[in-house]
Amino acid sequence: MKMQIVGVLLSLLLPFASFAIDSDGPLPNPELQARYDRLTDELRCLVCQNQTVADSNADLAKDLRARTREMLLAGASDAEILEFMTDRYGDFVLYRPPVAGRTVLLWAAPILLLLIGSASAFLVIRGRSQAGELPEEGEDPFNSHGTDRHV
Amino acid sequence: MRYVIPAAVFAVLVGFFWIGLSKDPSEVPSPFIGKPAPAFELAELRDPKTLVSQHDLTGRPSLLNVWATWCVGCRQEHETLLQLAAMDIVPIYGLNYRDNRDQALQWLARLGDPYVATGYDPDGAAGLDWGVYGAPETFLIDPEGIVVYKHLGPMSLRIWQEEFMPRIRSMSGDQG
Repeated sequence: MKMQIVGVLLSLLLPFASFAIDSDGPLPNPELQARYDRLTDELRCLVCQNQTVADSNADLAKDLRARTREMLLAGASDAEILEFMTDRYGDFVLYRPPVAGRTVLLWAAPILLLLIGSASAFLVIRGRSQAGELPEEGEDPFNSHGTDRHV
Repeated sequence: MRYVIPAAVFAVLVGFFWIGLSKDPSEVPSPFIGKPAPAFELAELRDPKTLVSQHDLTGRPSLLNVWATWCVGCRQEHETLLQLAAMDIVPIYGLNYRDNRDQALQWLARLGDPYVATGYDPDGAAGLDWGVYGAPETFLIDPEGIVVYKHLGPMSLRIWQEEFMPRIRSMSGDQG
């Protein structure tokens, strides 16, 4: 009985085991490994586009991981590796494309949307307060018509 | 009047979705368009002693078709490639991508061989240099060796007529 409980408890640990996607093992030094992890996490797998090269099991992702590893071992800089990838697959391969003429809208969109949103919120609220529509204290702000909605 | 702004916002959103959803997200624009064909040097599939390289793709318009026996779309477009080869408008070069030589040779023997020459690229190294991410892919290269167009997915006669022929005609127009 005791053994069974231990067995069940041990089996609960199973999900924590990581299943490594790389069959080649870690790079020889931890600094290279850290750069490898970061680079492959920056690159988009073009076959399964919502996965990074680090996550994907697609053959192309394996090729790109192998090439990243080779280039790191040959002493290439991060910029050189990313340039190698964008030369072949375009900016699309980067999860964070560079800020350029074509991508200005992409990068500015969050700020623009925030500005538009706050401007319209401001206008609506000011319009209401000028129209005297602000709820009185103690009044249900979602029920400004004074009708009883209590259930 | 109070409905004008929400209606306008809605119209803009519809416009964005209309354009956005009609695009194929798997089609990534090739960074090679307008640039020289990437260098490669591969053993020929049928005759490993001869080499196929980017130099073969110059002097006249040519096609480079990326294919493999595991690729369903390649089987689908094979008939079209044979027809194009029979028309003899441009030479078709093959890039046998991440494949097995015996299987590739069997495939060509069984289905017919539309290729002038096929580079054998078992580990996908040349494919990587060409930015290949899904076979079949077909590149159109002009006489100066500049990549003019890339088609992702199976070739069809319609795509050939609509996308390839006008570009090939304008090339021969340039030459006089």
